[in-house]
Amino acid sequence: MSSQVQKQVKQLDRVIIRFAGDSGDGMQLTGDRFTQESAVFGNDLVTLPNFPAEIRAPQGTLPGVSSFQVHFADHDILTAGDAPDVLVAMNPAALKANIGDLPKGATIIVDTHDFSARNLTKAGYDANPLDFLGDAGSELGEFAVHPVDLTGMTVEAVKEFGLSRKDAARAKNMFALGLLSWMYGRPTESTTAFLTKRFAKVPAIRDANITAFKAGWNFGETTEAFAVSYEIKPAPVSPGTYRNISGNLALAYGLVAAGVQSGLPVFLGSYPITPASDILHELSKHKAFGVTTFQAEDEIAGVGAAIGASFAGHLGVTTTSGPGIALKSEAIGLAVMTELPLLVVDVQRGGPSTGLPTKTEQADLLQAMFGRNGEAPVPIVAPQSPGDCFDAAIEAARIAITYRTPVMLLSDGYLANGSEPWRIPETADLPVIEPNFATERNHVLKPEKVLEDGTVQPEEKDFWPYLRDEETLARPWAVPGTPGLEHRIGGLEKGEGHGNISYDPGNHDFMVRTRQAKVDRIAESLPPLEVDDPSGRAKVLVLGWGSTYGPIGAGVRRVRRAGYDVAQVHLRHLNPFPKDLGDILKRYDKVLVPEMNLGQLSMLLRAKYLVDAIGYNHVRGLPLKAAELAEAIGNLVADAEGITVDLTTSTVEEIS
Amino acid sequence: MTALSGTDLPTPGLRSGTELVPPLPEGSAPQTGKDFSSDQEVRWCPGCGDYAVLKAVQGFLPDLGLRRENIVFVSGIGCSSRFPYYLDTYGMHSIHGRAPSIATGIATAREDLSVWVVTGDGDALSIGGNHLIHALRRNVNMTILLFNNRIYGLTKGQYSPTSEPGKITKSTPMGSVDHPFNPVSLALGAEASFVARTIDSDRKHLTSVLSAAAAHRGTSLVEIYQNCPIFNDGAFDAIKGQGDYKDGKADAIIPLVHGEQVRFGAPGEDGRGSKVVVRDPANGAVRVALASEVDESAVLVHDAHDPDPSTAFAISRLTAADYLHQAPIGIFRAVERPTYDDQTRTQLDTARKDAPAEATDRLAALISSGDTWTVV
Repeated sequence: MSSQVQKQVKQLDRVIIRFAGDSGDGMQLTGDRFTQESAVFGNDLVTLPNFPAEIRAPQGTLPGVSSFQVHFADHDILTAGDAPDVLVAMNPAALKANIGDLPKGATIIVDTHDFSARNLTKAGYDANPLDFLGDAGSELGEFAVHPVDLTGMTVEAVKEFGLSRKDAARAKNMFALGLLSWMYGRPTESTTAFLTKRFAKVPAIRDANITAFKAGWNFGETTEAFAVSYEIKPAPVSPGTYRNISGNLALAYGLVAAGVQSGLPVFLGSYPITPASDILHELSKHKAFGVTTFQAEDEIAGVGAAIGASFAGHLGVTTTSGPGIALKSEAIGLAVMTELPLLVVDVQRGGPSTGLPTKTEQADLLQAMFGRNGEAPVPIVAPQSPGDCFDAAIEAARIAITYRTPVMLLSDGYLANGSEPWRIPETADLPVIEPNFATERNHVLKPEKVLEDGTVQPEEKDFWPYLRDEETLARPWAVPGTPGLEHRIGGLEKGEGHGNISYDPGNHDFMVRTRQAKVDRIAESLPPLEVDDPSGRAKVLVLGWGSTYGPIGAGVRRVRRAGYDVAQVHLRHLNPFPKDLGDILKRYDKVLVPEMNLGQLSMLLRAKYLVDAIGYNHVRGLPLKAAELAEAIGNLVADAEGITVDLTTSTVEEIS
Repeated sequence: MTALSGTDLPTPGLRSGTELVPPLPEGSAPQTGKDFSSDQEVRWCPGCGDYAVLKAVQGFLPDLGLRRENIVFVSGIGCSSRFPYYLDTYGMHSIHGRAPSIATGIATAREDLSVWVVTGDGDALSIGGNHLIHALRRNVNMTILLFNNRIYGLTKGQYSPTSEPGKITKSTPMGSVDHPFNPVSLALGAEASFVARTIDSDRKHLTSVLSAAAAHRGTSLVEIYQNCPIFNDGAFDAIKGQGDYKDGKADAIIPLVHGEQVRFGAPGEDGRGSKVVVRDPANGAVRVALASEVDESAVLVHDAHDPDPSTAFAISRLTAADYLHQAPIGIFRAVERPTYDDQTRTQLDTARKDAPAEATDRLAALISSGDTWTVV
C-alpha cells in the first residue's frame, strides 16, 4: 500500500470507536473484525455490541440502528468506555441515534451517500446537518466531521467484479473498516484471511470485500481529508497465549471443559432464545467431545431432557434467558428434590416478560434465588467478564456434580456478546471434578449373623438413595445400569435416607432443612474473598456481582486516582455467600452496591447481614457508566469521611 | 380374543427396541414378576384398573430378558404416574406432563437402557400435550403407556381431555363443552411410528401389545383403556361387556390384526364377525357395514405397516367420541422410521471417529483455536 501524502502519526493511550449503521449494514461484523485486528496487535480491549431485536428493522429508521463499540488501549482497561472518541455513521439514523453519546471534539465519519432526503426524513432530520458544517452553532459544530462517500467509492473500487450495484454497495462496511484500520495502524492480515475463508464459495463477493477493505485503507493513506493516523501501543500483559473471546463462546468452552474435567458427557437441552442461543450453536459443534445438544420443543422440555440425562449419568445442562427460567422453574424444583446435578445457564436480558431481548440487565438474581415453589435453594454463580464465563462454567459444574444439585449460572447480555482478550489457560491447571458415582449398596439391611448351627449368615445390604455424604451432605448418584442400586426418585417428599415417599411432618421439616444445609455447606469449599483495599484506610466498600465488575473497577480507579480511598469486592458466588462476606461488610462504614436492577443484591445483603447496603441502580439495558459510578462513589466517600471530594483533581491522565 | 399383533410384528427389517440393552447373563435364573415388584405398598383405590396393568407389566417384563438395572420407568403426575414406585427397576416419578421430555434425555443419553413412560390422559394430552406430540414426531426409542380413564382421578373427578362432551363432573355441573381428543388419532397425526390401543382387563391382549411395543424401535404409544371405579366407573363397560352391556362386547370392539380382514360383531353363520369395515370409495374414509351387505373383496384388510397413515387414521375415527360403545383395539400402525436417539448418537460417533483420543489435548486445541497471539 503506497504512500503519497506524508502523514503525521500521533500517539494515544486509548481510543473508543463506535461503528453504527442499519441492522443490515454489517456493523457487528465490522466491529468484530476491528476487534480481532486490535486483539492480535496486542491492545487490551473491551467491546459492546448493541443491536435491535428485529433481524431487519425498517431500513434507515432510528429503531433499526445497530452499533458496535470497541475500546482499545495500551494499558489494562475494564469497560467498553462511556463516550466514543470516534463515530462511524453509515446513515442519518445512525448519526442521530448516537450523537448524544459523543463528547465535544469527537471525530465523526459519515457515509454521505446515504444522506439522501428520504433517509434524512426517516431519521427525523428537517435538513441535512452536513450542509451546515462549519457554520457557527450548527448541530455538528462541536465535532470533527469527515463526510466521505463510502458507498460511492466502494462501488467504484469493486466494479471489476461485475456485481450488481446493490451487492457492490454491501461491501461498504469493509471500506469503512479499511479506513479505520489505516487510521489506527491495525494489522490487516487476519481480516483478509477471514474474508477469504468466509466467502470462499463466492469468489466475486470475496474479492469485492477484500478489494473494498484495501481501498478503504488506501483512501486513508492518500486522501488529504485525514491528515493524522494514530498509534496505540500494545498493552503490557502477563506472558501467555491470548485470544479474543466473547462471553457466550467462553461459557460454551467452559461447559466442554467441565465435561472433559469430570469425565462426564455433556447433555445440553435447550430452546433458542436471545441472547443465549449462541451457546447452543457453539456446543452443537463439539460432538467429538461427546457433547449432545437437544433442541427441544420448548423451554420445559429442554430442562426436562437435561434432568433425564443427569439421571442417566451425564452432565445435564440447559441454557436460556429470564423468560425461559420462568418456564423451567417447576423442573428446577424437581432437580432440587431429586438432588441431581444440573447446570441452568441464564443469560439475563432486560425484563419483565419479553422485555428487551438484546439488551443487558441483572434483574434475574432474585428469580434465580427464589423463583420456585417451596423451600428450593439453588446455588448461584456469576461470571464477571466475558473470559471469566469459562471459569465460572467450570465452577458451576463443580458445585452441581459435587453437591448433586441444580446450579444457576447468571451471565448477561453484555457478557454474552461483549468480548475481551483472554489468556488461554493451560488445561493442566483446570480443576478436576470427581463424579463419584455410587457403585455399591450403602445400607445394612440385616447385619451378619451366626446361626445356631454355627454357620454364618452374611450381612445383607440394600441401597438407600438419600443416605448422604457427611462432609458435603450430597446424596449418592447411582445411574441406571448399575446392578443392585435400582431405586426410584421423584418430586414427592423423600424419607430421610431410604428415599421412599414420606408425608411425615418431622421428616419434611428435616429434609427441607437438610437441602438448605447442603447448599449452605458449599461455602466451606469457597476461597476467601479478595478485598481490593490498597491503602487499607477505605471507609467505603463497593460490592458488586456479575458484569458490573468492569464499570465498578473503572469507577473505583477514578476515585483512587483523585486521591481518595475506596475498597472493592466482587462476588462470584451469590448463593451461598462466601463465609467471610459478613465480616468484610462490618469493616466498612458505607457499602455501595451497584447493580443493573432495582437493588436485588442489596436486598439479599440487608436480609442476611443487617447491613445498610446503599444501592446504585440503573436499568437502561446498557452497562453502568464508569464516570457516573465514580461520582456516586465519590459522594459516598465524602459522606463517610466528612470531606469534600473533587474527582477532577486526578493527576494521572484519565483512563477507564 | 385372538392374538392381535399378527404373525409378522414387530416390523420386519427394523432393529429391535431393546437391541442395544444388555440381556441377562447366560445361565441366570429366569426372572419372574416378583423380581420386578418393589417393596412399596401399592396405593391405588380398590378396583382401580391400574392394578391389572401393573400386574400385566410385572408379568411381562421377564419376557424381555433384560437386566433389571437397565430398565427405566419415568412417569408424570396422576394416579397412574405412581407406577414406577411399584417396579423394582430404575425410575423417576417426575412432574406433570413432562415425562416424555425426561425420558427423551435418558433415551438419547443411553442406548443401553430400555425406557418406559407411564402417563395418563390428563398428564399426556392436557398439560403435557406438547411433549407427547414432539416425542412421537422425533421417534425417540421408548414406550409410552397412556392410561386413559377419561377423567381426572388424583384431583378428584374433573373432566379430562378425553371425557365425552356433556360430561357432568365437579368442574362441569352443566356438562362439559370441551371436544375430546382421540389419543390414537392424535398420535397418528403426530406421525407416530407405533400406535396401539388395548384394555386393562384383557391381560393377554395387553401383554401381546406390550411385547410388540417393546420390540419396536422408536416411540411406541400404547393407549390403555383403564377404568376408574371412583370417578368414572363403567366408562368402558360396553367394550368389556359388563353391566348393561353384557352381550355387547362383540359389537363394541373392532379388533385390528395385521394382514387380516377388519371384522367384528356377533358371529354369523360362517362363524365370522357379522360386521366389517369397508372403505368408502367416494372419500377414502372407512365405515362399518354388515358383512351380509358387502362383497368379501370390499372388506378392509388391516395393514399396520402401511407407510401412509391415512387408513390407520380413518380406522381410529371409528372410535366413539361420546360413550365408548365402539372402539378399534389393537395395533393401528407399526412402521420403520429412523429414531432421534440413534441418529443423535451416530452423529456423535461420526464426529468422534477421527478425533484424537486424548480429550485434554483436544480441549487445549479447542480453546486455542482462532486468532491468537503470544506475549513473552
